[in-house]
Amino acid sequence: MIYLDNAATTRPKPPGVAEAVAEAMNAYGNSGRGAHADALSAARAVYGVRQHLADWFGCLRADHVVFTPNSTAALNIAISGLLQPGDHVISTDWEHNSVLRPLYRLREQGMGLDFLPANSLGQLDYTRLEQLLRPNTKAVVCTHASNLTGDLADIGRVGTFAHNHGLLFILDASQTAGAFPIDMSAQRIDVVCFTGHKGLLGPQGTGGLCVGEGVDIRPWLVGGTGVQSFLETQPEEWPTRLEAGTLNSHGIAGLGAALDYLEARGPNTVRLHECGLARRFYEAVCKIPGVTVYGDFVQKERAPIVTLNIGQYDSALVSDELAERFGVATRPGAHCAPRLHRALGTTEQGAVRFSWSWANTEAETDAAAEAVRVLAAEA
Amino acid sequence: MRKRMEKCVITFRTTTGAMAMERSCKESGLPGRLIPVPRAITAGCGMCWAAPPEAREALEELVIKKHLDVVGIYAIMI
Repeated sequence: MIYLDNAATTRPKPPGVAEAVAEAMNAYGNSGRGAHADALSAARAVYGVRQHLADWFGCLRADHVVFTPNSTAALNIAISGLLQPGDHVISTDWEHNSVLRPLYRLREQGMGLDFLPANSLGQLDYTRLEQLLRPNTKAVVCTHASNLTGDLADIGRVGTFAHNHGLLFILDASQTAGAFPIDMSAQRIDVVCFTGHKGLLGPQGTGGLCVGEGVDIRPWLVGGTGVQSFLETQPEEWPTRLEAGTLNSHGIAGLGAALDYLEARGPNTVRLHECGLARRFYEAVCKIPGVTVYGDFVQKERAPIVTLNIGQYDSALVSDELAERFGVATRPGAHCAPRLHRALGTTEQGAVRFSWSWANTEAETDAAAEAVRVLAAEA
Repeated sequence: MRKRMEKCVITFRTTTGAMAMERSCKESGLPGRLIPVPRAITAGCGMCWAAPPEAREALEELVIKKHLDVVGIYAIMI
């Protein structure tokens, strides 16, 4: 199988990740539950990865790195813990349902919500940001890269806008955390929500949020923390306030190994490799008659995603045929990004998404492009 | 693209429902495989069970017997 569904989850994981998980499963006690050697092994490992992630994202305090099972949980914690009825929020048409649904739920409860619109090419019009501002606007929630097209948002511009107007900037880094540079301080980001199993190359079941100092997120989940057992409310201290229940120390150990791999190979090297393959594929398919590619390829910097359709063919059937006849794994249909599908006019047809990661090769990329060429010729 | 053929397609509310279908079919020796949901049935995402049309009756019986979480059963060209 030529695996080009890395925007869903990266596969395979780098050397050392699975080994770290297995080792942790055999060696670790429960982080923060007891002070015997095995519990401390887990706690030390978790703290080490916490510190590593703080450095990775430019988060000034390691205790403001909070572990969650995935980006969705991180986004729910950030959105529901910072916003409330009466507030107003600006988001974008690029957002994934992991952002949209928490926002829509708050809108049902009385929160104001506006979206920076995408045009029929999927491009965002940042000049509209000022027009969307209201006296009660509290935050901008924005993805770093569209999971549908791979286009990168201008987060420097969004961060500056948010900063200039005293707004919180919550970034969904689901498609970029890992090989793409994110610096909370330099880019004026208040909360970075990330998943561990995509660009960070770690296990599923890992993720988290990095929170700027002074950003007061209300606890979303309350319960056991291993500390302050007689307190009837969730402890206020970071990161415990947002980490009720046993942490996935096994997965976090794997995420730590993945970070080590990324650091050793160099995130820039990994990014150039992934994005180079995506560009190679784009160049090969964009001129094939009948093929429509979505997204802004004039931009040199983009996530390693190429999404296309062949004529009016159902993207589900194209993806199935790519898998069954050519052994190419892609994702079809709607990609949990309903607003951008509407903007692009692909609500009915969906779209076939190809996405690259560290382990893909030029030969795989060329074979996938050839498969598209064959299918388009037969269409 | 492949020549379209009629298939019996069964859709589910959840991925768990699709997994239950696959397991039940395997245990019962019934044909078919999971594919992305064609837009002829619904635009969106998710997976469905696609089988030869002649398996429809047996599949319907299995759905009832195993209380499988099915949304619809269709005869479509895919």
